[in-house]
Amino acid sequence: MQLSSRIFLGLFCLLVAILLLAPTLVVIPMSFNSNKSLAFPPAGFSWQWYDNFFTNPEWLLSLRNSFLIATVVAILATTLGTLAAFGVTRAAARTGGLLRAILITPMVVPGVVLAIGIYAVYLDTGLVGTVAGFVFAHTMLAIPFVLIAVSASLEVFDRRLETAAASLGAGKLTVFRTVTLPLILPGVLSGALFAFITSFDEIIVALFITSPYLKTLPVQIYSSITRDADPTVAAVGTLLFLATSFIIVAGLLIGMRRGRT
Amino acid sequence: MSALPQTDNQTAGGRPARRLNLRDAGWLAAPAVLLLAAVLVYPLAIIVLRSFSEPEPGLQNYIWFFGSPVNRAVLQRTFVLSGWVTLASLICAYPYAYAMTVVGKNLRLILILCVLVPFWLSGVVRTLAWVILLQDSGVINSILRGLGLSPVKLIRTQLGVVIGMTQVLLPFMILPIYSVMKGIDTRLLQAARSLGAKPWRAFLQIYVPLSLPGVYAGAIIVFILSLGFYITPALLGGPRSTMLSSLVQNQVLSLLNWGRGGAMGVVLLVATFILLAIAAPLMRQKHTQTRREK
Amino acid sequence: MNATNRTPGASIDIRKASKRYGKFVALRDLDLSIRPGEFMTLLGPSGSGKTTTLNLIAGFTEVSSGSLEIGGKSVLGLPSHKRNIGVVFQHYALFPHMSVGRNVAYPLTLRGIGRAERDGKVRHALEMVKMADFAHRYPNELSGGQQQRVALARALVFDPPLLLMDEPLGALDKKLREWLQLEIKRIHRELGTTFVYVTHDQEEALVLSDRIAVFNGGQVEQIGNGRELYDHPATLFVGRFIGESTVLRGKADIVGGDTVVSIAGTKIVASGKISGHAAPVILLRPERAVLHRPGTGVVDGENRLSGIVEEAIYVGSGSKYDIRLKDGTTAVVRSPLGAPEFAIGDTAEIAFRPGDVTLLADDASADITLT
Ligand SMILES: Nc1ncnc2c1ncn2[C@@H]1O[C@H](COP(=O)(O)OP(=O)(O)OP(=O)(O)O)[C@@H](O)[C@H]1O
Ligand SMILES: [Mg+2]
Repeated sequence: MQLSSRIFLGLFCLLVAILLLAPTLVVIPMSFNSNKSLAFPPAGFSWQWYDNFFTNPEWLLSLRNSFLIATVVAILATTLGTLAAFGVTRAAARTGGLLRAILITPMVVPGVVLAIGIYAVYLDTGLVGTVAGFVFAHTMLAIPFVLIAVSASLEVFDRRLETAAASLGAGKLTVFRTVTLPLILPGVLSGALFAFITSFDEIIVALFITSPYLKTLPVQIYSSITRDADPTVAAVGTLLFLATSFIIVAGLLIGMRRGRT
Repeated sequence: MSALPQTDNQTAGGRPARRLNLRDAGWLAAPAVLLLAAVLVYPLAIIVLRSFSEPEPGLQNYIWFFGSPVNRAVLQRTFVLSGWVTLASLICAYPYAYAMTVVGKNLRLILILCVLVPFWLSGVVRTLAWVILLQDSGVINSILRGLGLSPVKLIRTQLGVVIGMTQVLLPFMILPIYSVMKGIDTRLLQAARSLGAKPWRAFLQIYVPLSLPGVYAGAIIVFILSLGFYITPALLGGPRSTMLSSLVQNQVLSLLNWGRGGAMGVVLLVATFILLAIAAPLMRQKHTQTRREK
Repeated sequence: MNATNRTPGASIDIRKASKRYGKFVALRDLDLSIRPGEFMTLLGPSGSGKTTTLNLIAGFTEVSSGSLEIGGKSVLGLPSHKRNIGVVFQHYALFPHMSVGRNVAYPLTLRGIGRAERDGKVRHALEMVKMADFAHRYPNELSGGQQQRVALARALVFDPPLLLMDEPLGALDKKLREWLQLEIKRIHRELGTTFVYVTHDQEEALVLSDRIAVFNGGQVEQIGNGRELYDHPATLFVGRFIGESTVLRGKADIVGGDTVVSIAGTKIVASGKISGHAAPVILLRPERAVLHRPGTGVVDGENRLSGIVEEAIYVGSGSKYDIRLKDGTTAVVRSPLGAPEFAIGDTAEIAFRPGDVTLLADDASADITLT
């Protein structure tokens, strides 16, 4: 590549990178704003919005709700999605392909269409504003992520190890517990993480099936944004960003250490 | 004294038995499929049903939808804006993904991080960030003013919506393109050059066609996700950048008109699936590509 | 793990076993009996059903029809984890997330064997394969040969009466393979376990086995020790598959109890005759023939075939010649050191006695499967 096109490409990528990172770069300083305003650049420095988040029962309650729902969703979606991944990768090729296509659809159905459908069903069945309602909807939305993560590890898993374990005297469940599961664990764990984040971050369906008594964190953030200019949202965003970064970096480091031995 | 594999081998490749096999591993997917049936298929079926039956049986909701110039304009705008977002993402993503394949290991890690880090910011918060960036007193206009240029109206305009959506969807364009480019054998380019092709010509005639499956995949994902976008247009857009999703929401939540809301939803759904059906064969080309041997 | 308290080897009886995959028949009416403590090798071309047979014994697949007994008891329907059979795979199949020690301990843990006894058995098994110093390593820190030795220890540590091995040395280089062959043979002698061994490599089969079962097209063509198979092949396929040979074909007549075959105008006599209606062919082993210059060293009653030397290779213990006969057949002859030497292009006469060849029924499929 010529030098000029190299420089051009480099500058272009820098701009794209800035575009990608712009929201993060804006939200973090905004969370330390000392004024109740979202005008940029923020004025002064203060911890008050973090303070506000940790003392305001509304914010804390929505955090607790989201955490509870996302935890249950992660467990359920990981279980169902892992089972489904076994089904997809080990069924006859045609069945497997069909099952995969079916189970991935939640990713492509437009959010609002799905949301009004679920809303309609929940109105009839009394699930609006219930933890169970959130859990069902979010688990369905999270299963594709688990399916993709787990079937990726299943595809590289050497099934002959299962045959070997059986020849050594291990029954089906023992084989799964002692050989298959430990070896696909990275896929299962990243599936669980994806499921948790999917639920924790889900807003569209949540906006429809929420009630004044059961709000999740994204719903709370959304209503805060539409109500007034409150930098607490930026503080929440920063906290979540740090938590996610921590989990992912920790996961990568553990994965690297496991990979080395 | 080696022996050829018997010719029967090819035909023997265990064709799946047609009859229903209760021991087939596929049954393990049953719980997930059941949940999907309850929380996805059934709700969508209800929406379809209501679009044809409320307030009374018939096609009146669809006649209303396609008969109203306002709705047709929104439908058209939804497609046009999605097209712009797809184009903008493609223009940003293609060189970026290409750069990812040519830089060294450390720089590549940084470039990949730049793609992934936006995901770590909560979706709603990200849209808030764009409000901060695009508003009249926002970052972009401050910079413009600082440069002595006149500020631009971005918030509550279509341009603002496109910028915000592009940032949110860009990773979905970069990653598929990158994964295809990664597998392109760059020796093909050298071969073309050795045959006398100019660098740009070789790039356009050899590299670009080989990268197309990734482009198709990325474009279709971004376009489909754009069609259904809701939060970003709702927060960044104004009355003249309303997209179909907002109309659906408005019909159902504010006007309680399930029939009309449902009909709009069905239109969106059908458009999505038609696009997917058209795009699936394009993306499948990926498997017939020449790949670099490891 | 000393020989005295070991489980004695188990016998295997397979009768009329067939295995079908859809319409394709991988095994047809296979009969195979293996004696307790025997080292039996399954030898045959690719796709002949060796692995399928092993999988049936191990319980990885089930027969479509027929019977299968191990140690005198039918094991039909018994899942593999209840068969108590050791299996060594070509691809090692060590568990990558367990150390060598834990890999070998795995079958003992499954059998609920206590810590102390387990540790002792693991150590013994690893010592047997000379891997005791590697107990703390992980499989990806071992060479292929080391991995296979660990796999062998793991398959033997629970004292199975039967050990199955499917081309266990297939992925290793020649030196290592030869050394491990001797190790396997030693272990077999020490333990008295029944070994069933699959290989492509006939030399390996000859080194290791008490008896060899030659597979072809999903059936056993012949069972016997190396000498029987080489000197008295039951079929043309076995004759051609084991060792080198020249097949001579021509119009055949029975003259006074012997068979006379005319090859490119020359009459060749072979002792005896074959039963059945198939055309007889003559199988000639390379070291049973002697090369002469034309017209020299003629002995009464010997067959003579003239041809042109096409290839002459010095092989240390003598020379190996390819001789092109008038009908286009290429004959292989081995001459010991000291025999007359020939150069490419020379005319030579191949001499052999009627009793030194084998008469076999012609079978076109033997050629097809061997090309
Ligand atoms: N699962 C299966 N489905 C269909 N056909 C199969 C299956 N397993 C084996 N076969 C066929 O059965 C025949 C015998 O296979 P087998 O693996 O026993 O051969 P083999 O003698 O072990 O050959 P190799 O020396 O190449 O390992 C082959 O033609 C093979 O294609
Ligand atoms: Mg085999």
